[in-house]
Amino acid sequence: MEIIYTIWLRNMLRFVRSKSRIIGSISMPLFFLLFLGFGLNSVVQLPGIGGNYILFLVPGMVAMSVMFTSVFSGIQVIWDKQFGFLKETLVAPVSRLEIMLGQTAGGATTAVLQGFLILVLSLFIGLQVSRVTGFLIALLFMVLIGISFTAFGIAIASRMEDMTGFQLIMNFVIFPIFGLSGALFPISSLPAWIVPVTMLDPLTYGVEGIRYGLTGVSQINPLVCFAVIGGFSLTMTAIGAFLFRKIKI
Amino acid sequence: MTVALQIQNLSRHFNDLVAVDNISFEIRQGEIFGLLGPNGAGKTTTLSMLATMLEPTSGSATVNGIDIRKDPDGVRKSIGIVFQDQSLDEELTAWENMDFHGRLYRIPKATRNRRITELLTLVELNDRRDDIVKTFSGGMRRRLEIARGLLHYPAVLFLDEPTLGLDPQTRNHLWQYIATLAQDNGITIILTTHYMEEADRLCDRIAIIDHGRIIAIDTPKNLKDGLGGDLVTIGSPEPAAVAAALREPWVARVETHNDNVVVSLKNADRHVSSIVTLLNTLQIPITSITIHKPTLEDVFLSFTGKTIREEEAGIKEQMRMHQKMLRH
Repeated sequence: MEIIYTIWLRNMLRFVRSKSRIIGSISMPLFFLLFLGFGLNSVVQLPGIGGNYILFLVPGMVAMSVMFTSVFSGIQVIWDKQFGFLKETLVAPVSRLEIMLGQTAGGATTAVLQGFLILVLSLFIGLQVSRVTGFLIALLFMVLIGISFTAFGIAIASRMEDMTGFQLIMNFVIFPIFGLSGALFPISSLPAWIVPVTMLDPLTYGVEGIRYGLTGVSQINPLVCFAVIGGFSLTMTAIGAFLFRKIKI
Repeated sequence: MTVALQIQNLSRHFNDLVAVDNISFEIRQGEIFGLLGPNGAGKTTTLSMLATMLEPTSGSATVNGIDIRKDPDGVRKSIGIVFQDQSLDEELTAWENMDFHGRLYRIPKATRNRRITELLTLVELNDRRDDIVKTFSGGMRRRLEIARGLLHYPAVLFLDEPTLGLDPQTRNHLWQYIATLAQDNGITIILTTHYMEEADRLCDRIAIIDHGRIIAIDTPKNLKDGLGGDLVTIGSPEPAAVAAALREPWVARVETHNDNVVVSLKNADRHVSSIVTLLNTLQIPITSITIHKPTLEDVFLSFTGKTIREEEAGIKEQMRMHQKMLRH
């Protein structure tokens, strides 16, 4: 526990010190929210979801913020590899599982804080959180998304030599997961053939879970959402831990 | 005599490249031991194996009495390492880097804080403790890394090229630290270097390693004495006459290079006047005369037939070839 806390602590110290990174990573979901939200609000009619596109978009942007930040946090292991710091951690008499879990906890916390910032900023454009339980439910799903994708980032970082492959991962893994997740549009409005693909996307369940928490409405049963994203986070942590064990420096 | 490190028939292969070839030696407790050799000779590989970061292909070793294969965690607890490449978190302060290390080695808070202050003072960084490492110079970073390596009271400290890339002044400064450390704290220090002067000044004993094999192991003094004494270089327009004149029993070796005659002999400072008298009597003109103590560079030359720099060029070429072969 102590070791996990130590690694988490380092992540937090780096987080609070990196103002430009904080601003950099909230700007994209924020711009999405503002441009898409205000741009499409009057055009888009959402059957059965109250009709307000901006408010529909908020959970999606929160999920996006959490996911992108957590993937970045996981990938940070590559920087540690390149700048030598990973050696310092790996040569200490601690298990790799502890290091990996600490990194996951740190990355997930960072990501949830980023998502939380989007959530707070959304209050200014009309988001209303009336129930505390709803807010807590949203937070729970943010944590699960954070854990899943930090672990995912660590898994990738464990197999990558440097950052050159990162763009590839970004374009062919991260963006499709985001795009297919129902963060930008309701799943029900999709053509029938693409719906099963959406249902295979773990982020869909995260987005829907947050949406349920914030708006009280979701297209997938929140318990199903919890089971799927919860299971996904455990699976990713296991895979991440397995690959991190074999990391070479 | 307590043995801090015992290495037996240790080898490491990378595919068909033999990086470390069946080496065996012992290091006493409190000794500063140098692994000297050109880049790519196998120094870092040896160190990585001893630090349990790399599995040996064959052979065994104990560090502080603990087997590197059977109990790697035990070994890790009793060693401190300063890597060849920097391994600090540049975005944290000096104190935070130390604190992180202390927590990883499970040092209780009170001890940790006291020890960090103590060590930062030792390496003269205590007044910069709350500055971000990014703002530190190369020498300061190295000092911080050494302090960090000592935080958990290691019995053995590994220093991999501790002064690589530092200016001569900082290098001198660091040497003093290292020497003090071994003397005052009884820590066994193993360092790798390809600076001959560094090995000579710092180390109690040196193993010269080349192509993964240990070709000589002794104190710097014995290694240099093994060459047969001091080197006297005599400049003269008649080098052949000088060489002929100096075939005396107290001269170990005579070599002629262009207009210079290089003579090796014991206690050159006492014999130099005899040389001058002898050549004067024979009326052989002398244009210059210099005495120089043999350096480890001369030792390396005599064991390998090459200077360390020539050797490095050769190894680089070899590695390039090897990489090319792997790629095809």
